[in-house]
Formats: sequence, structure tokens, C-alpha cells
Amino acid sequence: MKRIYVNEKWCLGCHLCEYYCAFANSGKDSMVKALKNVTINPRIRIEERGGISFAVSCRHCEEPLCTKSCITGALSVNDGVIQIDKDKCVGCYTCILTCPYGAIVPSETGAIQKCELCMNNSSGTPACVAGCPNKAIVFEEK
Amino acid sequence: MSKYVIIGNSAAAIGCVEGIRQVDQKGEITLIASEPHHTYSRPLISYLLYGKTDEQRMKYRPNDFYKKNKVTKRLGETVTEIDKKQKTVTLKSGEKIQYEKLLVATGSNPFVPPMEGLENVKNRFSFMTLDDAKALDKTLKKDTKALVVGAGLIGLKCVEGILDKVATVDVVDLADRILPSILDETGSDLVKKFLESKGVKFHLKDSVEKFEKDKVVLKSKKTVDFDVVVIAVGVRPNISLVKDIDGKCHRAIITNNKCETSIKDIYAAGDCTESADCATGDMKVMALLPNAYMQGETAGINMAGGTKLYENAIPMNAIGFFGYHMITAGDYVGQTYEALDGENYKKLFYKDNRLMGFIMIGDVMRAGIYTSLIKNKTDLTTIDFELIKEKPQLMAFSKKKRSEFLAK
Amino acid sequence: MAIDFLYPEYEIKRDRDKCICCRVCERQCANEAHWYDAELEMMMCDSAKCVNCHRCVSLCPTRALKIVKTDHTFKENANWTGEHIAEIYRQAGTGGVLLSSMGNPKKYPIYWDKMLINASQVTNPPIDPLREPMETKVFLGAKPGKVEFNSKGEIKNNLPPQLKLEVPIMFSAMSYGSISYNAHESLARAAKELGTFYNTGEGGLHEDFYKYGANTIVQVASGRFGVHKDYLNAGAAIEIKMGQGAKPGIGGHLPGIKVREDISRTRMIPEGSDAISPAPHHDIYSIEDLRQLVYSLKEASDYKKPVIVKIAAVHNVAAIASGIARGGADIIAIDGYRGGTGAAPTRIRDNVGIPIELALAAVDQRLREEGIRNNVSIVVGGSIRSSADVVKAIALGADAVYIATSALMALGCHLCRSCQKGNCNWGIATQRPELVRRLNPDIGYKRLVNLVTAWNHEIKEIMGGMGINSIESLRGNRLMLRGIGLTEKELSILGIKHAGE
Repeated sequence: MKRIYVNEKWCLGCHLCEYYCAFANSGKDSMVKALKNVTINPRIRIEERGGISFAVSCRHCEEPLCTKSCITGALSVNDGVIQIDKDKCVGCYTCILTCPYGAIVPSETGAIQKCELCMNNSSGTPACVAGCPNKAIVFEEK
Repeated sequence: MSKYVIIGNSAAAIGCVEGIRQVDQKGEITLIASEPHHTYSRPLISYLLYGKTDEQRMKYRPNDFYKKNKVTKRLGETVTEIDKKQKTVTLKSGEKIQYEKLLVATGSNPFVPPMEGLENVKNRFSFMTLDDAKALDKTLKKDTKALVVGAGLIGLKCVEGILDKVATVDVVDLADRILPSILDETGSDLVKKFLESKGVKFHLKDSVEKFEKDKVVLKSKKTVDFDVVVIAVGVRPNISLVKDIDGKCHRAIITNNKCETSIKDIYAAGDCTESADCATGDMKVMALLPNAYMQGETAGINMAGGTKLYENAIPMNAIGFFGYHMITAGDYVGQTYEALDGENYKKLFYKDNRLMGFIMIGDVMRAGIYTSLIKNKTDLTTIDFELIKEKPQLMAFSKKKRSEFLAK
Repeated sequence: MAIDFLYPEYEIKRDRDKCICCRVCERQCANEAHWYDAELEMMMCDSAKCVNCHRCVSLCPTRALKIVKTDHTFKENANWTGEHIAEIYRQAGTGGVLLSSMGNPKKYPIYWDKMLINASQVTNPPIDPLREPMETKVFLGAKPGKVEFNSKGEIKNNLPPQLKLEVPIMFSAMSYGSISYNAHESLARAAKELGTFYNTGEGGLHEDFYKYGANTIVQVASGRFGVHKDYLNAGAAIEIKMGQGAKPGIGGHLPGIKVREDISRTRMIPEGSDAISPAPHHDIYSIEDLRQLVYSLKEASDYKKPVIVKIAAVHNVAAIASGIARGGADIIAIDGYRGGTGAAPTRIRDNVGIPIELALAAVDQRLREEGIRNNVSIVVGGSIRSSADVVKAIALGADAVYIATSALMALGCHLCRSCQKGNCNWGIATQRPELVRRLNPDIGYKRLVNLVTAWNHEIKEIMGGMGINSIESLRGNRLMLRGIGLTEKELSILGIKHAGE
């Protein structure tokens, strides 16, 4: 299955992935409209320290602890992609308790949000990958 | 064709169905449960009252789940005994159902200690099932004075569910602090203060002496007026089906890492079981939904002839009240590191270069990184523990580990 | 505070309506021209720090940024231009030699743009390169003048070592030190994929890149940095650098700050020490001395590798080239005055040397007249900007061209001409690890391959138009060129007729 892979060697810590993610999931048709005067809450996050940086987003584990632990059934695996039904999610954060990568974050509504590989937004293909200027984030079969 | 029988219809039972179907697409699965409902998530009953979900959305799996997984469901029927020689289960009606592999996922029942006058209280409830929640909800009015006995996870989740619907909520508990099973004193205090700020009244180190009409007299001789009482002092695993046929039980049904009981071809999973805490090796009842599901799935795979071991269970919990969240896991032993900042509190427990447990309240972001350190028994000398203390982060791992996490 | 006499040459313009304060500009500017003001909740900038490299402009996700030339002016003066005034202020402030980088930007004539290419009509049909074979392969090296036989009467293989180029374009010398590891890796991988060569420059060869040896030209310069036996044998050819178009008459200078661990090891000099190449090779004061070095290197490499001698295009370039050809070199590389550099004194860069077009024509002519043209191949560089420049250079007599500035642009260089500061925001002319990282060779090499492939397509297209199907037939074919707006003297040096003739 095609997955997002992050190579910290090439990460510039520019944070553009976070902005492209926030834009792709905003439902708006322009980045300015979507993100002007907004504190973004992206599904991919940069960790950085002392010249090292890398992006972290859902790994779409083959044995997803989050999905198995989900108390509502809001998380499910569809064709290898772990998806969230925000309508079902009650924001208990059991998935945050179990995700070993820290890749699941609360959304503004209290429900959780996570990378769904941009399958359910207007981008259609991972926006972080397309927006990465240095191929530090790639979307490929390995 | 194999015959699987599952007793129960909650997380462990569903996990078992999904586990069986990973290996065996054809075998007959019969699922028997006392409750008549489509599988639903028990922990959601408080959210149902709170208005965060509804009966449709709290279904644990989609409507077509049983059909899609070719499960014969016998809902609203209760198994009264297991015949381990004949390999049958007997229903209340006397009907016997043959099994080749059996899963006992009978969960637990609320424990209601004898309390003087309780039998005369009209509006008394447990808080365990959908029916409990619906019945409770029906009695609640704007001017209701609610009394909750028990300041544990179930009691306080119930408080969250009903607080906005009633006039007052009083909570009584014998312990000197709330949520003692998951929080330390500082944590209990923070959460208690928060709940008090929302209007909850606590009566700790106290207990019910007797119920009178419209009021309860506490051991401290305090009296509290109430219209509705919820008893949430604890639960007892439902172990009789296995115990009656000499299956090994302690507080709950003893299971091994394949989720087998001591009786051949009988498996057990979920809140009715005791299993090994992978971090300490101790046998424990780890009654929480993720463990139930994963035990059920493990049982299912093994029942269907596959091989799967469930050996990284630890006690853990994620809970929140009115948007104030806390995540905890592991054992609270060893040295500690604490950080308190306003409403955010964090405490790490570590021993012999391993993270043993943690408490996070308020800011719970990325807590799973801590959980995995406990589960994986990560040697803390191989990571930057100072960074881990600061916050859960992958930066604390070696470059090689980070690459394994993210680039492979 | 002392008075700042200088107003920034460029201004950063931010469209506040579009700016979302993502701070990518701030994070990507090594010159710290941008910052976020939390109190005002907006991005701020200091144009005085801007070098106009466009990194922020390119990465701004909402295109909220542009850099414009300031309209702030001194009082109009055709003699004392703003540039002169600013440079005087700068020198009066510092007392130092002005430093610049990349090529001479002054308004001297560009002869490439004063030459037009021929095309076939009616009598000699053009060739369609998409339908018919078209050869752009080139072999560089001395070509034997006669057939030789051994005592048994068998033909002796007297062909000296050759470099085989799939395209008539090579990447010219840029040292590891002046450019980054990732820039070198990009060049090396591109050369390999293209079937051509890149050049180590005078900084030695990083151990990681020995595997690209078959596509590498190793350089020996006056500082002899990183030169050892394995190095000489690591590449496909050895180049002696006598001079560089951007700074004829002086040697390279890599400041100690750029001499970090890897570079120190590669150059075989202590970490942090300035790498100063002497102006001359101290063992070369004559053509005879040069010949000694040429043969020393041939000896060291078992006569298996062609030796290139690279010189800057200067006044008597033709005579020098003749000497080099007679000195045993297999290839002469000539670098014009617009050639780039990582750092050069501004006055030298802008005022020394001659145009490559004139130098090339003069050298080719002289070698032909002396009957030694086939003893050497000629490679020219120093601002080859397009495939048309390549075609014109070959028609003027070059065997192949060297490109470097164009190659760096393919890697992201925006010609801000601030390489000497070591803060290249594009990860090219820098050794700061966090900046070097910005150039991912996976992207870089592909862009280089794209560029050269595109040029090669265009070269074939132009050749086809002329009815020529092999680059060999274009070489020195000056009938294919006509001058436009040139004087008789210029035409005669270039050896071409005027348009209309």
C-alpha cells in the first residue's frame, strides 16, 4: 500500500506541510481564505530541535492500536487507510492514549482528527507531500 | 465447517468475530447475548446522556455487521450453563447449542453492596448498560437532585452525563479522593476542583448509612437530599459460567496469552477475565474496551486456527469530563517526575531504566508515545529521557529508531 | 550609531492581504530578513538584509511576496552612477577589497547575441531530428594525424585517450567547498545519467563520489588541494587549472569558515584554515614547465587519461593556446570573462579578461593556421546560457562547452551573487548543514538532467534546420554563422560574415 514516508535528512523544518495539510482539510478554495488569521491545527506536525526536524503523521499501521482501541467504532480501516468518522467520535481520546507515534490530535470540535491521506478532501492526494519543497515527505509503495 | 459460539455482544465479542473472520471466512458463528440490542459501546452511555452521541451513532459496528460477517445472532437470550464434555451451551429456554470453540465474553455486573433503606428508594440505578442509561434519563428533570454513590470512573462519567440535566449532583465515596484507581493525590485534587467548579458536590471519606425518603444519611451524619440515586461503587466480573464447570478463576476468569481459559476449547476475553500485565507480569483484571477488543480478536484468531498472542496489555485509561481530559497508563511505582502547570499536570513513574506508568491531565497530546514506552519496556538509556520528560516526542529516540518509525 | 550611507538596493514587498503568517519566509531566510512580530501579529522584514535570492518568494504558499528594485535614487548622474556611489560608501566604511560572486554582470557586448544561425532552404534540405538519426556525441582528446604501422605492417592503435560525451556539454569546475556536498552529488549523478562529465574543481574529490569516477574530471590547481595519486586516477581525465574567467591572474580563495570537517579531509588541509590558491603555479613559469606538469600527470595516470589545460580568456589567448597544444595537452579549456565564481574581487571580475566568443574564434583560427588544431580539443565556458549559445560556440570552433552557472540555476540558484557570504539559501554555495540540506540531490540531479536533455533536443532541432546531422560537421563551420551589428574588426576576429553577405 502507498504510504507517507518521512526522511528527516531532507526536512527543512519549513512547516509548509502543516499549512498545506490545514488548507487541504479546510474545505476552502484558497489558502488565504482558509488560513488567514487562523491558528492552524494540522494533521501532520513537525518536531524540531537543534537542527533536526521531521514531520509526523499517521503511519496507517497494519495493526492499528487506535482502531482496535476506539470505543465508538469511529476509527476504521478502509483499503489500508485508517479513517475517522467524526460524527461518531465522542472525543474520549483513547486513540491518543494508544497511538505510539502521537499522530492523532483533537480537532476544534472535540472529536479527534488524523491524517487520512487526503482521501476525503478536495486535494485527493496527500497535500503535505505535494507541498514539501524538498521531497522529505513522499507518498509511495515500499 | 467449524462451529463458533460467542457469549457476549460487546467489544470482546465483536473483536472475536473479526478475529475469526481474519482466518476463517466460512465457519458458523453464533453470538448469544442477554441484551437485545445491536452491539453498542458501553462506555458511551454517559455520552448518550451528555448528548454527544445517540443510539444510532453509539452502535459499535455498522448495522450490517452481523450480516457481513455471517453471524447468527441470538440476542436477548441468556446462557445458563456450559457443558464442557458435550461441548454445548444451554440457553434459558433449555435449548442447547453445540460449539467447537467457545468464547466467554460475559463482561461484568455492577456490584451493589447492601445499604439500609435502598430497597425503598424508587429511583435507584446502576450505570452499566444502555437500558440503565435510558431508564435513568427518563427520571431526570431540571429540578432533580441526583446522588451518585462512587467517585470512580463509572460514577464520575455518569456525573458528566447528567450534570447539565439536573439541579444538583452529590457524589459520595468512601475513599479520600476521587478516581483513586487512575490518579494520584495531586491529580485527584485537580480533577475534583475542576468538577466542583462545574457544580458537583463531593462527600469524600464518607458513605451511606441509610436511605430515607428523599434524603440520605451519611456515616458522618450529614444528610443529603436526593430524588435519584446511582450506585456506582464497583463491578464484579461475570465468571459463573466458567467457574461452575471448574474453569480456573480468581477474581475473574484466568486466561493465558492466547486468551484460553483452563478448559479446552473455551476462551474468554474482556472484563470477565484476568490476564497478564505485560509491564509487570502480574495477573490483573484490565477492564477497558481496548483490552477487551484485542483479547477478543486474539481469541478469535486462535479459535479459528490462526496464531496470535496478546501480550502487551497494560492498565491504561483515557477519560475526560466536560473537555478536561486525563490519560493514564501503567503502574505507579518507582521514581517520579512531576510537572504541574495550571490545569495541566503530568507525572511519570520510572524504575530500573524503564517507564512504568504516567498520569497526564489537561494536556494529553501524544500520550501514546509514553504508553508505547511502557508496553515496549523501552530501555530509557537508549532514548533522551530529558526530552521525554519535557513532552512525549519522537525526537527523544535515536536517529535510527526515528527512521524505523517514519521512513520504513 | 554610525550613519548608514546605503539604502537597500532591493525591497521586500509583502501583500498583507495574502500573507497568512506561516513564517516560511522567516524560517527559510538565512539572512534573517524576515521575522514574526507576535505583538503586531504580522510578518516584518528588513530589506537591508535581503540579497534578492527569491527563496522566500519561491516558498511562500500564497505568493504574498516579491522583491523589487528600489526606486530610491541618488540624484541622476550619468557618470557617478548609484552603483559607483554605493561602492565608494561601502569601501569608505570598510577599507576592504570589494568581493563579488558569479559572473561579470556588466553591460559589455554579448557576441552570442550578435550572431545568427543559418537554416537550409530549397537546395539543401533540412533534417527532421524526430525522424532521422542526429548525432550529438563528441569525443574529446588529441586525434592522430596519420596512420602508423608496426614492423609487421599491422596498423598501430595510436589513438590517445579520449573522453566520450553523449552530449556536447559538460559541467565545469566547481570545488567542493565553494559548492555543497549535495550540489556535487547532483552534478555527479546528472553527469552519469547524461553520459557526460562533471569537474571536481580544485578542492579534491570527496570519498563518497569516487564511484562516479567514470564521469568525473579531476582538477589540479595551483593550491594542489586534495591532489594525490588515487585522486588523479579516480577520474576520466585530469584538468590543470591555470586560470579562471572570473578572476584571471589570481587564485581561488576559500575562507576557513567553509573548511569544515569533510572539506578539510577532502582538501587535505587543517579544519578552519583558509584555502588560498597561489596566483601562479609555482612550478610553472613557461610552456616548458607546463609541459612538465602535463607529462607528470600523464605519467601518474599511466597515459590512460586525457589531460586538460584550463585557462582564462585573456588578451593573448591564441598564442597561449598554441603553447598549450604544443605542451602536450589533449584538451584546452578556455573560460571567458563572464564565467562564474564563488568569490572574486569585484574589480577583477568586472574588468579583467575578454569575451569567450572572441577568444574561441581566435584560438581555433590560430591552431588551424598552425596545423595543430587536431592535436587538441577545445572546450569553452564562461556564460553559456542556452542551447543556441552551444550551437554558436561549436560553429565557432569548440568541440564542446562547459556550463556551470546554468547548471547551478537548474539547482535553484537565482543569481543573487552572494556566494561569498556562505549563506546560500538554496543549499548550493554554502557549507552550513541546515542550508546544504535544502538541496536534495534526488531533485537536483533530475533538474540537471532535464536541462541538458532539453538543450540537446534543441541542438538537434537547430542542427536539423541547418541540414547537419552530426555535431562533428558543425564544429568550426563558421559559414553557419552571420554577424549582426558587428564591426569589420569584430567580424574578422570571429571569422564570420555579416548578415546579408
